[in-house]
Amino acid sequence: MLKELVARWKLGYGTIPFPAKEPILPDRYRGCPVVDAARCPGQCRVCAEVCPTGAVKVSADGLHLDLGRCLFCGECETACPVNAIRFSREYRMSARRRQDLVLSGTGMATAQALDAQMKRPLGRALRLRQVNAGGCNACEADTNVLTTVVFDLGRFGIQFVASPRHADGILVTGPVTENMKPALIKTYEAVPTPKIVIAVGACAIAGGPYAGHKEVHDGVESILPVDLYIPGCPPHPIVILDGLLRLLGCIGK
Amino acid sequence: MESKRLLRAYNSCPVGLRDIPLVSISEFRETLIRNVAQGARLAALFGRPHEPNTLRVLAVLARGSEGTLFIVETEVSDCYPALTVDCPQAHWFEREVAEQWGVRPEGHPWLKPIRFHHSYRLGRDAWARAATEVIQPSMTDFFQMAGEEVHEVAVGPVHAGIIEPGHFRFQCHGENVYHLEISLGYQHRGVERAMIGGPNHRSAHYMETLAGDTSIGHMTAYCQAMEALTGYTVPGRAHVLRAVALELERLANHTGDIGALAGDVGYLPTAAHCGRLRGDFLNLTALLCGNRFGRGFVRPGGVVFDLDTNQAGILLDRIGRIYQNVTTAVDLLWKTPSVVARFEKTGRLPRETCEELGLVGPAARACGIERDVRYEFPSGTYTLSHIPVATGETGDVFARAYVRWLEIQRSVAFIQEQLEMLPCGPIRVGTGDLPPERLVVSLVEGWRGEICHVALTDAQGHFAHYKVVDPSFHNWMGLAMALRDQQISDFPLCNKSFNLSYCGHDL
Repeated sequence: MLKELVARWKLGYGTIPFPAKEPILPDRYRGCPVVDAARCPGQCRVCAEVCPTGAVKVSADGLHLDLGRCLFCGECETACPVNAIRFSREYRMSARRRQDLVLSGTGMATAQALDAQMKRPLGRALRLRQVNAGGCNACEADTNVLTTVVFDLGRFGIQFVASPRHADGILVTGPVTENMKPALIKTYEAVPTPKIVIAVGACAIAGGPYAGHKEVHDGVESILPVDLYIPGCPPHPIVILDGLLRLLGCIGK
Repeated sequence: MESKRLLRAYNSCPVGLRDIPLVSISEFRETLIRNVAQGARLAALFGRPHEPNTLRVLAVLARGSEGTLFIVETEVSDCYPALTVDCPQAHWFEREVAEQWGVRPEGHPWLKPIRFHHSYRLGRDAWARAATEVIQPSMTDFFQMAGEEVHEVAVGPVHAGIIEPGHFRFQCHGENVYHLEISLGYQHRGVERAMIGGPNHRSAHYMETLAGDTSIGHMTAYCQAMEALTGYTVPGRAHVLRAVALELERLANHTGDIGALAGDVGYLPTAAHCGRLRGDFLNLTALLCGNRFGRGFVRPGGVVFDLDTNQAGILLDRIGRIYQNVTTAVDLLWKTPSVVARFEKTGRLPRETCEELGLVGPAARACGIERDVRYEFPSGTYTLSHIPVATGETGDVFARAYVRWLEIQRSVAFIQEQLEMLPCGPIRVGTGDLPPERLVVSLVEGWRGEICHVALTDAQGHFAHYKVVDPSFHNWMGLAMALRDQQISDFPLCNKSFNLSYCGHDL
């Protein structure tokens, strides 16, 4: 027992003070892109051409970037000759409505808390069942990391549970492969009502790099109603945590 | 080594498609069986459509002691005599060929689908299923044991924790597992088929998400293949930075695995510390490129982000401190007899089984086999700087955990050495178009073991075929074998000691 205590003392306290304090993100972190539509002359379309997932669109009404499709690769930022797209360090980018993820330069409406009717049964202790429906294990890993001492998800009353019967909702990753569709639906059906669905990562929101493949269903939305979208490829753990806390109304009030 | 009817090749050195010897199926079988019996290993075996009615089956043999690869091809129509009966290493490959191309390896002892999708050739199906039939995952026969008090346990695809989907069937008598059968395919996204006709804007992203925890490993294999085909020389500085990223990936995953193994035997101090320290290593990768999994760091021609002296200093400083902490956390394990007792003799895999199945990575090295791409088929910086191969002896959970610990120590030392003498110069060169009708085999030692990519170009210089063999493809059967005669309650522990990829397998 003594050696465990000594090790604990040596390693120190590891939990970050988020959300009380701003998180420390890597210097080269690519957070929420900022679209400056006014700078875009709308002719070259080079950003749309280099985008691997069709997240960037230049149409008659200007430049749009769909965060739900974005892989945060930064190709558009590099390609744009007039700096109309720039990746910021903003980590607050989860949304309750799909259309809020489409950025056109007017700022972003981040996720609102659950309404009173949902918040009453789910708001104080949220139990989630994670379903990986074709995810590459990056979104899963950065969701799982929330349960470590660094993020200590339990202190917010959020917990990942083994059985859908014990859950208040499901957190889905992956583009929803044809082979995982039945299991995803069965898991959802096994969760007692009222229940929520959270889509984490570009794949779960819109299919990610696999959008359009006949082996996948281009995200959860085609199968289940989604209550929270958390963009990224994969989203940084802070982005996921921020999204969950906004949903519960712990931050962003 | 018989080389008359085999084309000799090397890691990331392209060959002409026309130079690959095309032999009869009997000679193909005989050559592979003999060479594997003499110590070569089947690194890849796959079908590629040729004429409308024929399929070419291409084999890549790896002979680690010489650092050479051997390539040979044959042509088959509807069926051919299975290799598996005489060469167990081929068992999973032949099931894949049958599923993808509707060709039956006659005499295969357990011919079942591995990913559950329709055949890629219209009107051909190895199990005579109609093109309109709905194929459901794991809806197939499973090996079953009969007898008094014998029972079957089915687990998955949705598991208790946050892990990938797979289906496991245990044949048990009481607590004892007599047989485990693993059924995958839930993660099948159609990567290989989508690569055909490329490279394009998505190719790099397919590679980085083949197995998300191995983004650097698979991406490096892809880039090596691209650079070898186009003949561009990657700057030394980029090679070093890639190797640093690859070792950071290994460090993060090995640290996480050791923590998870501790968690599986209920020893929470190491589990808690390693869970956090794994993240510290991921944050070092994020220091390189902004993404914890190294997305967007490696690209054909080099790397995208440089590391200036100041940043290299920060990285060195942080890795030293993290390593100290990992040492403290992992030492607890080895000094706790109840943990060591649970690791020892659990999930033991005999060396002979490991050789027979052609396992790779820490699982093979834990059985005492010196199998490591960085040593046998080095490329990039590994041709100049060597990492001693870490091996164990006992082939059990303990050995697989201890090999990881040895590799953590060696990877840290390697990164420190590399950053002390980071070569000057550019980090990326441009790459051009791919040449027509070439083939290249690209090998990288990912943290799970040998990553093998085989790229073939068509007459126009596009990918005619792109084969990916994730280390998990070789190793899943190893896990099934390790579970024999174990307690079913030890499955999580054994599973974690392999920690295989589902999506890397399912593609």
